[in-house]
Amino acid sequence: MSTVLIANGLKKSFGGVKAVDDVSFEVEAGHLLAMIGPNGAGKTTCFNLLNGQLKPDEGSVTLEGQQLVGLTPRQIWRLGVGRTFQITATFGSMTVLENVQMALLSHNQKNMAIRAVVSNLYVDEAMALLERVGMVEQSGRACSILAYGDLKRVELAVALGNEPRLLLMDEPTAGMAPRERIELMELTAEIVRERNISVLFTEHDMDVVFGHADEVIVLNRGQLIAKGAPDDVRNDAQVQEIYLGSGSTFAA
Amino acid sequence: MGFYFIQFLTGLASASSLFLIAAGMSIIFGVTRILNFAHGSLYMLGAYISYWLVTTLTPGPLGFWLAVLAAATVVGLVGIVIETGLLRRIYQAPELFQLIATFGVILIISDITRFIWGETDLVGPRAPGLDGAIEIFGHSLPEYDIAMIVLGPLVLGIIWLIFHRTRWGTLVRAATQDREMVGALGVNQAFLFTSVFFLGAFLAGLGGAAQIPKGGADLLMDLNVIAEAFVIVVIGGMGSILGAFLAAVIIGELNAFGILVFPQMTLVLMFAVMAIVLLVRPWGLLGRPEAVSRAPGEAPEPPLQRADKAVRCLFTATILLLLLVPLFSSDFILVILIDIFIFVLFAVSLHFIMGPGGLVSFGHAAYYGLGAYGTALLVHYLGTPMEFALIAAPIIAAIGALVFGWFSVRLSGVYFAMLTLAFAQITWSVVFQWNDFTYGDDGILNIWPSAWLSSKTAYYYFALILSLVCVYILRRTLFTPFGYITRAGRDSPLRADAIGINVQRQQWLAFIFAGAFAGLAGSIYVFSKGSVFPDQVAIPQSIDGLMMVLLGGVKTLTGPIVGAAAFTALTDWLSSNEVWFWRSILGAIILALVILFPQGIVGFVRDKFRPPEERG
Repeated sequence: MSTVLIANGLKKSFGGVKAVDDVSFEVEAGHLLAMIGPNGAGKTTCFNLLNGQLKPDEGSVTLEGQQLVGLTPRQIWRLGVGRTFQITATFGSMTVLENVQMALLSHNQKNMAIRAVVSNLYVDEAMALLERVGMVEQSGRACSILAYGDLKRVELAVALGNEPRLLLMDEPTAGMAPRERIELMELTAEIVRERNISVLFTEHDMDVVFGHADEVIVLNRGQLIAKGAPDDVRNDAQVQEIYLGSGSTFAA
Repeated sequence: MGFYFIQFLTGLASASSLFLIAAGMSIIFGVTRILNFAHGSLYMLGAYISYWLVTTLTPGPLGFWLAVLAAATVVGLVGIVIETGLLRRIYQAPELFQLIATFGVILIISDITRFIWGETDLVGPRAPGLDGAIEIFGHSLPEYDIAMIVLGPLVLGIIWLIFHRTRWGTLVRAATQDREMVGALGVNQAFLFTSVFFLGAFLAGLGGAAQIPKGGADLLMDLNVIAEAFVIVVIGGMGSILGAFLAAVIIGELNAFGILVFPQMTLVLMFAVMAIVLLVRPWGLLGRPEAVSRAPGEAPEPPLQRADKAVRCLFTATILLLLLVPLFSSDFILVILIDIFIFVLFAVSLHFIMGPGGLVSFGHAAYYGLGAYGTALLVHYLGTPMEFALIAAPIIAAIGALVFGWFSVRLSGVYFAMLTLAFAQITWSVVFQWNDFTYGDDGILNIWPSAWLSSKTAYYYFALILSLVCVYILRRTLFTPFGYITRAGRDSPLRADAIGINVQRQQWLAFIFAGAFAGLAGSIYVFSKGSVFPDQVAIPQSIDGLMMVLLGGVKTLTGPIVGAAAFTALTDWLSSNEVWFWRSILGAIILALVILFPQGIVGFVRDKFRPPEERG
């Protein structure tokens, strides 16, 4: 099995706080890798180091051998890294279909085109993506009036627009009802397998993590303290201590 | 040596009165987040009221200062009326609406002042007890200048004490940092905002009242001083009193010494300093970066739709009618219609950048003016034929937009508005002050179209067709990837960036694109009037454009067209018939628009005919 993303020795400090302290991990092709940890563990910082929002103090990030450190989020996207956000970010004044078309236009370097009109461009491709996420019926509706769960699906379709090798999903199921969460993660898992895409996601919902991740890494206070198959991580003493407390207060 | 020292003191004296108005504006912005365009009007009111008090009562030295304080207090009360009557209703509105609303107040106050005190400039009375001059290093300095030099730091000290030694002052400082948090802590915001507005208006009034022995009072003070006050607030940092003082001294000295070195460029210098500060420290010398607002954003507009059959029929009918007009109407009607064609093009180009681009430019007149002056200068100095000048104008405007836009798109919101305004003012100052080249206030005359367009009717058809074609191009561009991607950057910069869109570059290109069309509108204007004046680049020209777009509806595509037509017809009619209080009427319309019809004419009509689901 090949490795898509390698993060090696990532470090980032804010003032005196070591938000990410020497973190290394790999994402395998076609795998869903969950990154978990309590609040303040450094998950978001770590994510932003990968997607180019922040520059690491030290360490490297490579996507299929290509160095990502120093590139802008835009350039990283062009290399095949799609993103979804904890709070959905879509184009509210556009329809569902148009939102997906934007990603396709950008992917095909058509941002400056002033001859053709958008309504004739990449409609079939966009509809195919919407078909995949189950949003065809709503393709003509404005994004500003969609239900939150549907927006998440639109975002997924948008993120697939550049045929990504890797998806970075920041809390993909935040703000959703329990049933919707499972549906969305199942959909994501199916797409990932079908297209051999890798996913790195952060998540607070342990049902989602242990139900769908192929592998889990655990951060605490900026350090990577465990990684492995979900069951191994679940049984790791250190992880249990972080999430449940050591029990020492009660033992005494 | 002595001369330079005197010049330095003169600079300090003028800095004091600038500090007072800027401090008031800055405090108000800090707490309410409203940039009060009408602050210059309050300053002017202070000047007129104190002039009236001092000349009717002819008080002694103490009485003079009491009259100044009384004038400032009256202005403070006017501020309360404005706050409770108007601003309170629009705190939640987008910044654009707030700025435009305060511009409506400018028009009304200007009319009232004109009505009470008349058109003539008033020469201020001398201050009793301070009417002499003192000798420093062999040069004389008016005693009153000393009083002014003392007044600035004195007021600064008093404000500092109020802000740091009273509970109210602590609340003001807290609200300046995070007003939502202050609200969440249960502070009576209504009272806080009103009292802050009183203080701000009082300071503006004090600034205006205290300067009458030096500058007197005239009806142009409001817009003249507001530009300087803006510059000071921005340089010092919005919400920072000490910053306002520092910036006032910088600008006061810059003017005092700039006039010795570049007598033609003093205004340019001031705006250039502001532009540099905005780029290096967008939040000003002593200001802080703005806290992110937690308030939900505006509801986005509904998705773009091609015009439906009814709208297309209406447009076709209008165009047919316009083609027939010359057969049965007078030259006067043709002149108004040509104006309308020009301003439709101007407004549609502005809408391109402020609607889909999401960048509210307060200086679109710069590009219109560059087109107009570019045309006039080419014809005047080089004898360029009309046809060539019409092609050159949009290119000149686009080059201007390319340079100014490169800086401007680095900022957003109020700061973007201010920087575009600054660039427009720089353009205006060059045109206004560079007499040898642009003939300044006298304008450039005798710029007439080629022989084949010399009749009014011919030029009418020419302007109509040019405007139609350009409006069609601008509109169609919105449906192309360029237009859509620009809108994507506005809707969600985060998402746009995450799908590889360079939002800043996209905005820059849209800015240039819109600027070029504004330049063409300016050029058509020059040939229709045969002349050009600095007014075409001035602040009111930019505001007119914003008004047209708002009147029609910023979230619609046909809005700017309808708005420009309605606004131009209205102002032409109001001013040509010398309707009484036409400025006030216009001001009242602005206020009604902002408070009652924020969606504009077309937005209003559309909401009536659309199913609720599709509404934005």
